[in-house]
Amino acid sequence: MLRDQDRIFTNLYGIHDWRLSGARSRGDWDNTKALLEKGRDAIIEEVKTSGLRGRGGAGFGTGMKWSFMPKTEGARPHYLVINADEGEPGTCKDREIMRFDPHKLVEGALLASFAIGAHASYIYIRGEFVREAEHLQVAIDEAYAAGLIGKNACNSGWDFDLYVHRGAGAYICGEESALIESLEGKKGQPRLKPPFPAGVGLYGCPTTVNNVESIAVVPTILRRSGAWFAGLGRAKNSGTKLFCISGHVNKPCNVEEEMGITFRELIDKHCGGIRGGWDNLLAVIPGGCSTPALTREMIENCPMDFDGLREQGSGLGTAAVIVMDKSTDLVRAITRLSRFYKHESCGQCTPCREGTGWLWRMMERLDKGDMTMDEVDMLFQVTKQVEGHTICALGDAAAWPIQGLIRNFRPVIEQKIRARNASAA
Amino acid sequence: MPKLTIDGTEIEVEAGMTILQAAETIGIEIPRFCYHERLAVAGNCRMCLVEVEKMPKPVASCAMPVGEGMVVHTSNANVRKARQGVMEFLLINHPLDCPICDQGGECDLQDQAMAYGGDRGRYQEEKRSVEDKDYGPLIQTWMTRCIQCTRCIRFISEIAGTPVLGGLGRSEHLEIGRYVGAAVSSELSGNLIDLCPVGALTNKPASYTYRAWELKKTESVDAMDALGSAIRVDTRGNEVIRILPRVNDDINEEWLSDRSRFAVDGLKRQRLDRAYVRKDGKLVATSWNDAFAAIAAKVNGLAGNKIAAITGGQTDVETMQAFKDLFAVLGSPHIDCRPEGSKLWPGNRAGYLFNSTIAGIEQADALLIVGSNPRIEAPVLNARLRKRWLKGGFKAAVIGPKTDLTFKHDYLGDQASILADIASGNHPFFEVLKNASNPAIILGQGAVNREDGAAILALASKLAEATGMIKDGWNGFNVLHTDAALVGGLDMGFVPYVGGYDTAGIVAGAAKGEISVVFLAGADEVDVKNLGNAFVVYLGTHGDAGAHRADVVLPTAAYTEKSATFVNTEGRVQRTRLAIFPPGEAKEDWKVIRALSDALGKPLAFDTVKQLRERIAATNPLLAGEGSLVAAPWAPVGIDGALTDKPLASSIDNFYQVDPISRASKTMAECTSQFGGGCGCNSKKKTGTHG
Repeated sequence: MLRDQDRIFTNLYGIHDWRLSGARSRGDWDNTKALLEKGRDAIIEEVKTSGLRGRGGAGFGTGMKWSFMPKTEGARPHYLVINADEGEPGTCKDREIMRFDPHKLVEGALLASFAIGAHASYIYIRGEFVREAEHLQVAIDEAYAAGLIGKNACNSGWDFDLYVHRGAGAYICGEESALIESLEGKKGQPRLKPPFPAGVGLYGCPTTVNNVESIAVVPTILRRSGAWFAGLGRAKNSGTKLFCISGHVNKPCNVEEEMGITFRELIDKHCGGIRGGWDNLLAVIPGGCSTPALTREMIENCPMDFDGLREQGSGLGTAAVIVMDKSTDLVRAITRLSRFYKHESCGQCTPCREGTGWLWRMMERLDKGDMTMDEVDMLFQVTKQVEGHTICALGDAAAWPIQGLIRNFRPVIEQKIRARNASAA
Repeated sequence: MPKLTIDGTEIEVEAGMTILQAAETIGIEIPRFCYHERLAVAGNCRMCLVEVEKMPKPVASCAMPVGEGMVVHTSNANVRKARQGVMEFLLINHPLDCPICDQGGECDLQDQAMAYGGDRGRYQEEKRSVEDKDYGPLIQTWMTRCIQCTRCIRFISEIAGTPVLGGLGRSEHLEIGRYVGAAVSSELSGNLIDLCPVGALTNKPASYTYRAWELKKTESVDAMDALGSAIRVDTRGNEVIRILPRVNDDINEEWLSDRSRFAVDGLKRQRLDRAYVRKDGKLVATSWNDAFAAIAAKVNGLAGNKIAAITGGQTDVETMQAFKDLFAVLGSPHIDCRPEGSKLWPGNRAGYLFNSTIAGIEQADALLIVGSNPRIEAPVLNARLRKRWLKGGFKAAVIGPKTDLTFKHDYLGDQASILADIASGNHPFFEVLKNASNPAIILGQGAVNREDGAAILALASKLAEATGMIKDGWNGFNVLHTDAALVGGLDMGFVPYVGGYDTAGIVAGAAKGEISVVFLAGADEVDVKNLGNAFVVYLGTHGDAGAHRADVVLPTAAYTEKSATFVNTEGRVQRTRLAIFPPGEAKEDWKVIRALSDALGKPLAFDTVKQLRERIAATNPLLAGEGSLVAAPWAPVGIDGALTDKPLASSIDNFYQVDPISRASKTMAECTSQFGGGCGCNSKKKTGTHG
């Protein structure tokens, strides 16, 4: 369990002042100049040492991603784009950071931009986050006024501008290249990769896109050293993580915990246990709605980190843990997720455009029990036809929840079909 | 140069190539819908997935650049499975109405479904249907058939430069359309039909009139403008059903202008299919012999200088040679191939050609356009100019009509005096041209069809020499023609002999009675109402202005109905092919003239087209070889003179109706009514309160 002195987000619940003075009292902006003076390579090295993996879901090494940027600025400027389009159902961690600890993000933006050689950074914030965008803007204005960012940020000699751009409410704009398209004023549709954003990104310039949480932890990592961060959690799954626990637990909450904490400990310590006791647990979606649901047996003692959950055939994703007890109609729940993906597909590439609609319609039938077991196998096949064949990961995200349902909860499906057949007879 | 292995074959290809292109070099064709080699890569259909070893997922070969040591499998079990999956997805919401689809038989989706489609559908749910859009009189939409490949969006935005299409909505509700429900008005819109891999966009005028496999395909050359685009004439029986472009990278790449494509119904309407002679003020159908006799009665015994001939915009080289020979025998100096009064003159070939060549204009880095609106005079060339502009480092300026050319340019005004300023170095654009490595000028017919045309030519010629447009390996002096015939006519020297009259002189002479007999060969642009009491013999295809004035009408063949030589604006000698026979009793023009010469008692010295062509080759070796393009040596052109203050304009005021064929076309009339005259023309567009 995470010790209090290792917490990074010390105002996660908003009980302290979120503005500059409050942030300073919690150690933000403390001699940021000294951090910048370490130099680009040292900062990237420190973040690499920390083992920080991207907190947006894919878990790609943040330091590694930064090191893909060109070493020196050529004719094209570099950009840091911060992905605050937090739209994964179940996830609400970035929201809390921007609400109550916006200065962590602003300071992180400065440090990360410096590390990748960017003089400008854009925060692409989800359109529905109205108050959060306001807080963020206030924090940015405060930082400008205090000389922390802007020309000669923190007296470091580095010029840095930070902008907030509000999205218009499309899930797909959380995909990094669709986000870049949207930021450029185009329709939010993912780009083909390669080229990757580090080569050709925003306005065709080298760009790094990072999640809010990944950026917000950077100042603390630099202050307390990468070794400290790496010492938390397990190897290759280091550090702390914000978990968003929702659903059938006694006290749903957001909480910062050490990576690799077991599911059981996470729920018992912070959420007051499962509603109706552990025996009442039916399924857990461990990392936001695109990760496959797991049974109690699979997840109870599973370490909640990237590799631990992958071994169980699911993933940490955004660490949005959705707990469902036995009162849940799991097929109905997954059907609802299918509808979400059908609605949010950008429609650009064939498997996702056509597949998500097909999957949803079949799920609707399955929900009514109006399906044969052969068709369930076909449903699984169709998810496989979508998965891995699309431009971006939305196709995979649409396929996985259904795969999880069929793989791990076949009895639930059979029961649905039997019930329907019985009533028909 | 990276080395990679595709299906066991090791190849070395240029860096930056995609896997799909690399595979093509060794003859492996990868199926695709969205990929088109002349459009930006979209990578959205996912049909071209291939497996690359060490990559976790199948990759879209149209977008993936080759890498050193890649091992690619384009047709193993995994790849087939992936493509079968994609095909199934494409088909679940496709209406499968191939039996009633005009695309049937030439549909990419149909073809690929044969290779990758399942034998039965697994989709039990409701199918999507999409409301059809109104794209205007040329394109029929069947949006339910659309597979959202976005080729049309990319063509209209990138190539045509009129970004009016886009994807609306998302997920399975993604529809291709216009934000406002207006028609697609681009001079190149017909190409969307060719690009559409399915039957979502089809040829509206030809809807339901053909099945692709019934058509006889004849490869020919377009004569509707001066580019001489490569075309394929699709016919059934003795009827042209449609015209499609062929690939010719030197001229039209694979595009075709809407007039060249859609004016085909004009080939069937208002056709002259037999001879007529005017009796008591009315044209009366008659036999060839009677018609010739009527002409002979007028011409025989008449002094040569009382007879004149003017040829029109679609007259082929063979006809002009025949006419020239006939008039030499008749002893008349009054011949002219410039019905619109152009001041271009034979002899100095570089002075009337598009010397940089159409493909070569892509090398230009500064361009001055004078008295031309290339977007309606030669839309395919305009797309080339836009392509050049998109590459960057291209400065263009216009003296003439103010229009949206789809590429950025400075508008300098519409006075010829501005050209004089530039030529004398008193205008900032002079420096732009001078500092460019390949400067060019395009003179439109609007600049040379004027009284001061020769003076404008002289200014342009001086400017070309002063700014380095003429040098080794580069000649940026370009005359853009609008008629298919004019370059051939100038090459033939089909202009008045010493003491002869040009078009204006012939009309004036006829009005005064100096000229008693006028031959018009499809020359409907001539001021026929003012020919006085002259006896007018009209050789032509359509009941157009010339036929209305004629005393004798001799029906001839249109460009799809004969093998005829045309010289395009670059000076490229090309030959059309006979796709169908001329209607009724109509005959090829040169045969008519040959027969007439017999009737006049002065038989010409050729009996076959072979002999005629040998004669042409003997008089002008440049016209001998088909497909040949010979660079013309430079010499200054034009005659110094005073400029008028008449504004420089395009020679075309309605893109859709330029020649007898397009004027007879119902489709073109509908386009005129819906779009006005095309971009930047004197708009005849209907307003909301019209009618």
